[in-house]
Amino acid sequence: MFYRENGQFKTSYKADQQVFAIPQDRWAILALVVFAFVGVPMLVDEYMFRAILVPFLILSLAALGVNILVGYCGQITLGAGASMAVGAYAAYNFMIRIDGMPALASILLGGLMAAAVGIVFGVPSLRVRGLYLAVATLAAQFFCDWAFLRIRWFTNDSSSGSVSVPDISLFGWTINSPTDKYLFCLGILVVFSLMAKNLVRGNMGRQWMAIRDMDVAATVIGIRPMYSKLTAFAVSSFYLGVAGALWGFVNLGSWEPAAFSIDRSLQLLFMVIIGGMGAISGSFFGAAFIVILPIFLNQMLPLVGSLFGLEVSIALVSHVEFIIFGSLIVFFLIVEPHGIARLWATGREKLRLWPFPH
Amino acid sequence: MKLRKLAIAASLAAVGLSAVFTTPAFAAEEQFFPVLAYRTGAYAPNGTPWANGFVDYMKLTNVRGGVNGVKMIWEECETGYATDRGVECYERLKGKHGGATAVQPLSTGITFALTEKAPVDKIPVITAGYGRSESQNGAVFGWNFPLVGTYWMGADVLVQHIGKKEGGLDKLKGKKIALVYHDSPYGKEPIALLQERAKMHGFDVQLLPVAHPGVEQKATWLQIRQSKPDYVFLWGWGVMNSTSIKEAQATGYPREKMYGVWWSGAEPDVKDVGDGAKGYNALAMQHGAEPNSKVVKEILEKLHAKGQGTGPKEEVGQVLYMRGLISSMLQVEAVRVAQSRYGKGKRITGEQMRWGLENLNLDQKALDGMGLAGVMRPVQTSCLDHMGSAWARIHTWDGKKWNFTSDWYQGDEKVLRPLVMLTSAKYAEEKKIKPRTPEDCKK
Amino acid sequence: MSGMLYSLVALGFVLIFKASGVFNFAQGAMVLFAALAMARFSEWIPDWLGMENLFVANLLAFAVSVVIMFVVAWLIERLALRYLVNQDGATLLMATLGIAYVLDGIGQTIFGSDIYKIDVGMPKEPVMMLESVFEGGILINKEDFIAALIAALLVISLSIFFQKTATGRALRAVADDHQAAQSIGIPLDRIWVIVWCVAGITALVAGIIWGSKLGVQFSLSTIALRALPVVILGGLTSVPGAIIGGLIIGVGEKLSEVFLGPYVGGGIEIWFAYMLALVFLLFRPQGLFGEKIIDRV
Repeated sequence: MFYRENGQFKTSYKADQQVFAIPQDRWAILALVVFAFVGVPMLVDEYMFRAILVPFLILSLAALGVNILVGYCGQITLGAGASMAVGAYAAYNFMIRIDGMPALASILLGGLMAAAVGIVFGVPSLRVRGLYLAVATLAAQFFCDWAFLRIRWFTNDSSSGSVSVPDISLFGWTINSPTDKYLFCLGILVVFSLMAKNLVRGNMGRQWMAIRDMDVAATVIGIRPMYSKLTAFAVSSFYLGVAGALWGFVNLGSWEPAAFSIDRSLQLLFMVIIGGMGAISGSFFGAAFIVILPIFLNQMLPLVGSLFGLEVSIALVSHVEFIIFGSLIVFFLIVEPHGIARLWATGREKLRLWPFPH
Repeated sequence: MKLRKLAIAASLAAVGLSAVFTTPAFAAEEQFFPVLAYRTGAYAPNGTPWANGFVDYMKLTNVRGGVNGVKMIWEECETGYATDRGVECYERLKGKHGGATAVQPLSTGITFALTEKAPVDKIPVITAGYGRSESQNGAVFGWNFPLVGTYWMGADVLVQHIGKKEGGLDKLKGKKIALVYHDSPYGKEPIALLQERAKMHGFDVQLLPVAHPGVEQKATWLQIRQSKPDYVFLWGWGVMNSTSIKEAQATGYPREKMYGVWWSGAEPDVKDVGDGAKGYNALAMQHGAEPNSKVVKEILEKLHAKGQGTGPKEEVGQVLYMRGLISSMLQVEAVRVAQSRYGKGKRITGEQMRWGLENLNLDQKALDGMGLAGVMRPVQTSCLDHMGSAWARIHTWDGKKWNFTSDWYQGDEKVLRPLVMLTSAKYAEEKKIKPRTPEDCKK
Repeated sequence: MSGMLYSLVALGFVLIFKASGVFNFAQGAMVLFAALAMARFSEWIPDWLGMENLFVANLLAFAVSVVIMFVVAWLIERLALRYLVNQDGATLLMATLGIAYVLDGIGQTIFGSDIYKIDVGMPKEPVMMLESVFEGGILINKEDFIAALIAALLVISLSIFFQKTATGRALRAVADDHQAAQSIGIPLDRIWVIVWCVAGITALVAGIIWGSKLGVQFSLSTIALRALPVVILGGLTSVPGAIIGGLIIGVGEKLSEVFLGPYVGGGIEIWFAYMLALVFLLFRPQGLFGEKIIDRV
């Protein structure tokens, strides 16, 4: 009813092509962002912040990075965790080794470093693709795992191989309370998603999509596959690197390479596929799904058990969690292989036409 | 489609809300302990008995009447030995039932992550027999308690033991010791100390990392076969331990010359190797397998006989079960100490718990009274020493069970102390922590 | 010799990929599941039937495990894959990952998550050979030797199955061209079930061998990742490739660890295998024995 475009006329291409072409969308998104900045901090408690919201925001950012590469450029990667690790460790080294380095700058520099490394690991994509490329990126993953574990320089010769950072601050604003952390990540995420949205709308994004849809045809119309693939790797790794640095600095505080293992890579790929490939909003849906679901199941199952008067052991809970998680994934893939974002889009289309579907 | 999504969203939201609003009814005479356990995944065989012992002792305490009437309550959370899951568990449980008293993560990785959070939340992190070795220095690590043993102390005792076997520490000159370790913060802990000792006595240390989860060790043992070290130290966890012993068997390395840390010397590590592990030695963090101790009998009688035990009956008294039991005992006793200052029969806070942990003084009589005669030696902590006891001995697997095969050793303060001070000072500087002075401790 | 075991896992990969184009990440989970079933039943069956004979118990457990793997294969096809026909590779890969989670969960729920033992009577102690010829001699591990023998036997019987039986021929036809196969009346559904069954059996054999060496526990499911470079090296569609790739990777990573490892701090075997595969990819994207694909960029 309220979501209708009657009477809204676009008088210029600019208006027609803007990010949120429908005013209702614009307002809704704006309201959501304002709510996230103002409303959420007032409503939720510390546990929500630390255990759910902050991981969700950071992993959304990472999923955004993966989505750029996998969803927009069609280059499948299982090495996302490696890029996050590079970002985290590079940021750590910038922070520790250069005196007076602002935290934000080192996080961004970490992202840049990840982008550089990402380009190197993107090189095999010029030769192979599909599953073979997935394996090539796995090589990157395992190599990074090893490098950060073994090469002591990266961890500042810490005897245990685990590194930790002091509280970070931004222009005099010390970020240590959960609310601060949340706001900090939220701010970065909003900026980065706007950037991503504009990137994929622009020249570069279109090149990526052309490559994704059919690389030979793309080459014929004058797109350089090398350039656009490597930029996709670079941009994606940059996002992942920043996300990795945030994960280390803000979420964990101290970490070891296991925080960015192959499991993380698979998790990110899950997010993108379940959320929706080639859709910015898909990254958020996917991240929310993957972050919240296990925690939700974990807390829910004992309750369900107690309804039936059963004492559910935690071992059983986590086994059942595995089972449900796995089957939900398969279920989603069967029902909606294009992800939650597609569901959302379909729903929106329906809503636009409602109540006159024809 | 839409409907289903709505349903999912609604149920998610409902749970989110319930997580926020259900603060359980809280009674003043209950003392809450989160239990971060892992009963699934690659490390489950070792994590499960620990958790069972841990919970059983709290049950026993309640059967005994609590601590001056205060009952222990707890809630388990599955970490799967993963750091991020562990942190989530900690966040979830720390505020429940009026706040967690202390937390025992049973993972060096989670310990590292919680070390950052503990001072903020004012919840002590007890890491009996694991965690970061330098956290023994209570001046810098105000909230970490590596009670009863650190890896440095463990490695030190091992070196002393083989020194004694060779007929004096000076005889170690020119010997070669290979360290086969789990490639994680846990496995890397002893390296610093071994290198220190190597400098002192002139032996060689060969470092052989094994990647998680530790089922791939062929190459490691080929290297051992090649370099023929005089001793092999094993710093593994979970399946890595049994794999190491099997590979040692397969490459023909004598098990008698292998020494494991206390996390590599329990029943799950050797039982499916059986005879193949005969002669394998491991450190005993004071206790070994203690099926005959009084406390075990009491648990069997008061809990398992009534069907209230946690886990199978056969497990009671096994090495890791005892480790869990003792970890649990230490925190219960710290509650008792804290109550003596802050009010008997009252619930204590995390901050008061810290005082309790720093003033723990379990003499032999107290231990005997708890049914731990012959199991443990006295523990006495202070504000500056968060370990409290540096005793350990060696036990050996005879194909059926673990037997003690050495006298008690004590970690050498002269070696340990400087290392602890040096490393913790570095940490303090990095984190900009002002170490506590003895005056601060009195507060 | 662990190369032989990689080969077995890789074989499972290749079979399924050939027949259905699915890159089966759940192969590791299947190995774990099969091994768990085997281990537990060989423990339970003597209890139930009250007999002592280890051999008979193992045989029965093996039979039961085979049946279980068939059921698993059938269920996977019925409940998941049937609906995912013609999705692209990444989606299928994710689906198998989901299946892997389910299998891990169910396996541990039913069979428990402790370490279990499969005792099929393999000798453990090594034999020294040629010690008189040169110092140290050659260390032959009887267990590895027997494992290699079993693997070889499996491969031979598989190739007979593929070459000589009608079902085997149908399988190969499906692998060549789905549509053509269907048009001459080969039921695709059934073929896929059969392929998953065969993959289940290779998983069971790999699980038994690996399990009797290392004990059956959760980390078995991670060997799928170790077998990936093998598949790439050998070629995704080639059965002999899987075998030879397994041997190359197995030997290569051990040698690299022993000779190269000490210089860079050790622990390199995992990524070394991948790097080896990567180098191959760059120069010969179809792998050693794979069919030439035009998928090159």
